[in-house]
Amino acid sequence: MKKISALAGVVIKELYRRKDFYVLFVLTALLTFAAGAVNFFQDEKIIRYVKDVCLLLIWISSLVIAIVTTARQIPAEREARTIFPLLAKPVARGQVIAGKFLGCWLAAGIALVVFYFFFAVIASSREHTWPVAMYFQAAWMQWCLLAIVIALVLLGSIYFAAPSSTSTISFIIVAGIMLVGGHLNTIALSQPEPMQSVLAGVYYFIPHLEWYYLSDFVVYNMGCVPWIKVFGATLYAAAWTGIFLTLAWLGFRRKNLTT
Amino acid sequence: MSVILQTEKLRVEYRSRDFRQTTKVALVGLDLEVRAGEVFGFLGPNGAGKTTTMNVLLGFVPPTSGTARLFGIDVRQPIARQRIGYLPELTYYYKFLTAEELLRFYAKIFGLDCPEMDKRIANLLKLVELETAAKRPIKSYSKGMQQRVGLAQALINNPDLLVLDEPTSGLDPLGRMKVREIIQRLKNEGKTVFFSSHELGEVETVCDQVAIIHQGELKAVGSVSQISAGHRNLEQAFLNIVGFLPSPLLP
Repeated sequence: MKKISALAGVVIKELYRRKDFYVLFVLTALLTFAAGAVNFFQDEKIIRYVKDVCLLLIWISSLVIAIVTTARQIPAEREARTIFPLLAKPVARGQVIAGKFLGCWLAAGIALVVFYFFFAVIASSREHTWPVAMYFQAAWMQWCLLAIVIALVLLGSIYFAAPSSTSTISFIIVAGIMLVGGHLNTIALSQPEPMQSVLAGVYYFIPHLEWYYLSDFVVYNMGCVPWIKVFGATLYAAAWTGIFLTLAWLGFRRKNLTT
Repeated sequence: MSVILQTEKLRVEYRSRDFRQTTKVALVGLDLEVRAGEVFGFLGPNGAGKTTTMNVLLGFVPPTSGTARLFGIDVRQPIARQRIGYLPELTYYYKFLTAEELLRFYAKIFGLDCPEMDKRIANLLKLVELETAAKRPIKSYSKGMQQRVGLAQALINNPDLLVLDEPTSGLDPLGRMKVREIIQRLKNEGKTVFFSSHELGEVETVCDQVAIIHQGELKAVGSVSQISAGHRNLEQAFLNIVGFLPSPLLP
């Protein structure tokens, strides 16, 4: 565990020493404050719009940070050849994968904490309530989703040499699942065979990232999701993360790094 | 003296990426033995297979057939690398870290505890004369300084075997002298050093044993005096062994 945490520490250090992270962070903070300050359309229910916009910004920013950071980890190590002095130490390739995952996930978690703090301050200053449990659930579920996404991107980065291709493909997959994934079983019912079986199969085969978007609960103050469901979703995320990390390890384990 | 680095019938093949998928043989049945306390020079012209051999020994490239062991442990086991230090030919380090942070990171990878880690980092920074620059990012270092950071990270675990890939390549005469001094000092401490080099004069000075590899095959192995026997010096022996025939026009 000491080796994995050391590797994760380097990932986090790299992230906060790179300027692009700060640009994204400052941009999100500015947009969030701007959204909080402006009275859209003089609507009395302005707070809903503000919350919706803020949550969307948090989602996009955290996904960008998670995907872009993760996509460059292994390819950048190979390109800069820093992987060689590292692997010349008594560190297994599985530990490298685990360390990279942990670093990216923790970094995304730190960003989420900051983003949700801004969000809570803005939303609560308007509503004069502090639904901490609900915000915690929203942030936790998003962090669980980011675990799946980071593991998926890490898997992609083993096979695609360029970080840009890994990032693009990952964004398409995540957006596809978020927008269409949850409706596939409904779409399948209206399709003839064999398309119906294919779509139904895909529905059960993909990780359902859309389950982790609790925006409506927060925007409409619907209260907390039952904790048992949050626990179930956490286990589901852990299972998918485990699958992707195992596949990444299998791909990386015997990879010839010199070609 | 016990054998601490050993290869047996080591063969490495690369498949080219062109449409014909031809196979390039990088190593052909390489048998090597390095004993404890030796300074072992690994020589060969460019493309001979020196770096491939090191890549196999360090677990970067899986052998096609044959075995490679460090301290009797198969090199594919990460634990085989617990007692080795590796200095790559070029400086491949995290440039956003400072020298101190880099050494601390590698010390953690070796599982050193905090007091021991602090002591070793301080000693190594002193050894490579980087105490004053220890808190500056590596990206701000000159090439010589980066190479010295490399040496420090290779020594962080107080290794019994040092694998150095052309350690003096690209260094100025002062830098070369410092690296040679450190190798000599390690030799005096009873450490084993396995290094590749094109600097035959340097090899002649510091090595106990020398191996010459050409086109993936081991051509000669023995002490410097054994290899040089019948030749003016090691350079002439090397040129003869790798089949270089000097032009009659050359003096």
